[in-house]
Amino acid sequence: MAAPALIAARGLNKTYATQSGETVNALSNVSFDVARGELVTVVGPSGCGKSTLLKILAGILRRSSGEITLGGRPIDGPSRDVGVVFQAPVLLPWRTVLQNVLLPIDIQRQKRADHAERAQALIRMVGLAGFENKYPGELSGGMQQRVGITRALVHDPSLLLMDEPFGALDAMTREQMNLELLRIWGESGKTIMLVTHSIPEAVFLADRVIVMSPRPGRISEVIEVDLARPRDLAVINSPHFGEFVARIRRHFQSLGSLDA
Amino acid sequence: MSASAASSRRRLEISLSVLLFVVFVLGWEGAVRLFAIPAIVIPSPTAVMRALAHGLMSGELITHFWVTFAEVLLGFVVGASCGFVIGVLVGLFPLLERTVYPYVVAFQTLPKVAIAPIIVIWFGYGMTSKVVITATIAFFPVLANTIVGLRAVPREQVELMVAFTASRWQIFLMARLPQSLPYVFVGLDVAIVLSVIGAIVGEFVGAQAGLGYLILQRNFHMDMAGVFAILIILSLMGIGLHLLVNAIQRRVVFWIDSAHDKVMGA
Repeated sequence: MAAPALIAARGLNKTYATQSGETVNALSNVSFDVARGELVTVVGPSGCGKSTLLKILAGILRRSSGEITLGGRPIDGPSRDVGVVFQAPVLLPWRTVLQNVLLPIDIQRQKRADHAERAQALIRMVGLAGFENKYPGELSGGMQQRVGITRALVHDPSLLLMDEPFGALDAMTREQMNLELLRIWGESGKTIMLVTHSIPEAVFLADRVIVMSPRPGRISEVIEVDLARPRDLAVINSPHFGEFVARIRRHFQSLGSLDA
Repeated sequence: MSASAASSRRRLEISLSVLLFVVFVLGWEGAVRLFAIPAIVIPSPTAVMRALAHGLMSGELITHFWVTFAEVLLGFVVGASCGFVIGVLVGLFPLLERTVYPYVVAFQTLPKVAIAPIIVIWFGYGMTSKVVITATIAFFPVLANTIVGLRAVPREQVELMVAFTASRWQIFLMARLPQSLPYVFVGLDVAIVLSVIGAIVGEFVGAQAGLGYLILQRNFHMDMAGVFAILIILSLMGIGLHLLVNAIQRRVVFWIDSAHDKVMGA
């Protein structure tokens, strides 16, 4: 990888104290790099710390020890250069689609007018043209999630963090959203880090897959996915794709965790 | 269900409801006449309507109506505003919830009817004491619902806004406050109906005007039909104010759909 790393994590640890007073190792000695423009997915069963990892990257949670840098600077809080998407779209129901998309602009106290054009263009890009003035309650789940993705892109961040963004969608919408994400990624050149518990989704999207395992949450393997781009759904049926999926699945079978 | 089926069903429900009312009034009139029930026990609907018409025409009911209406509105506005502002302060500063809120709850457990005589002594027989009593009653439902509403923001919503570098104050203004409004309106709806009770209780304890004062006077003269006429005015006032609050709610909290609205506003 010739490009300089956008994210660098070295010996990252996160421990929680539970209500009963026990300490839980959510992340243990996690180290990895993500290059600029790379699409990295993180896959693992429940409790492997993948969401915790993403929240530390987003600056919502503090690491317990270790180093993590974004663009060379240690992460000690949320950054304006990051966009986040969660599993639930969490739109504000009293704001229209356009107003929801402009939320980061409002938070950063910038003029809406300066960003309205870009917001409109993004809304067109995710196929929501004509829905700018609708309220979230009038949209389907898939459309709401697209609003959430647009919102994460509106302030033109260099890093997009996505925590199971398509987990709540039905299988067909999910495939469609995967294709759309690849298209957005191709057009915008952003760095994307996406957490999922779907192994095929992780392989389909990624340049590299970070495979995590639980108790304590740690990286068990990082897999380079060299499937040709641009990818379409046909790639899922290729033997090479199947090999990647099988290789990741073996990790979880040896752990005895079948929920991945 | 199609829109036309729904609307024809609604029409049927309305006509059933009207029919029920007509049957009830006719039965009442018939029973009073058939069993020759004295007017000082139960007046007939026609007697009540006659008293109502007379009271309206002579202007007596109208004068007292405005007194009570003003007490209800002023007391409601004062009580609800205090409830909302204190609710917001408690929501903003958790320390207040632990230190001040227990005393607020203790005050709420006092029956307002029991402290009404004290308030009348403090604030006199005029309108002020009624406004104060009404305000103490309207205060709590708004306070409690505001506090609950400010907590209703999903955790993910807050995390998302934090990730977009929102400050505590921005999260409050952009998410928590708007999110609390449906709850605040539930409180306002309860408060407006209680406000009518508050004003009447105040007038019972000691007053020189108002519909509650007039009820006591007519009761003393065994004018049952006259009292029933006032009850009709009071109930219309309550319904009108409730509908007003609901109409404002639909404007302000427009994003809550009507099915939701029914559950919360009922």
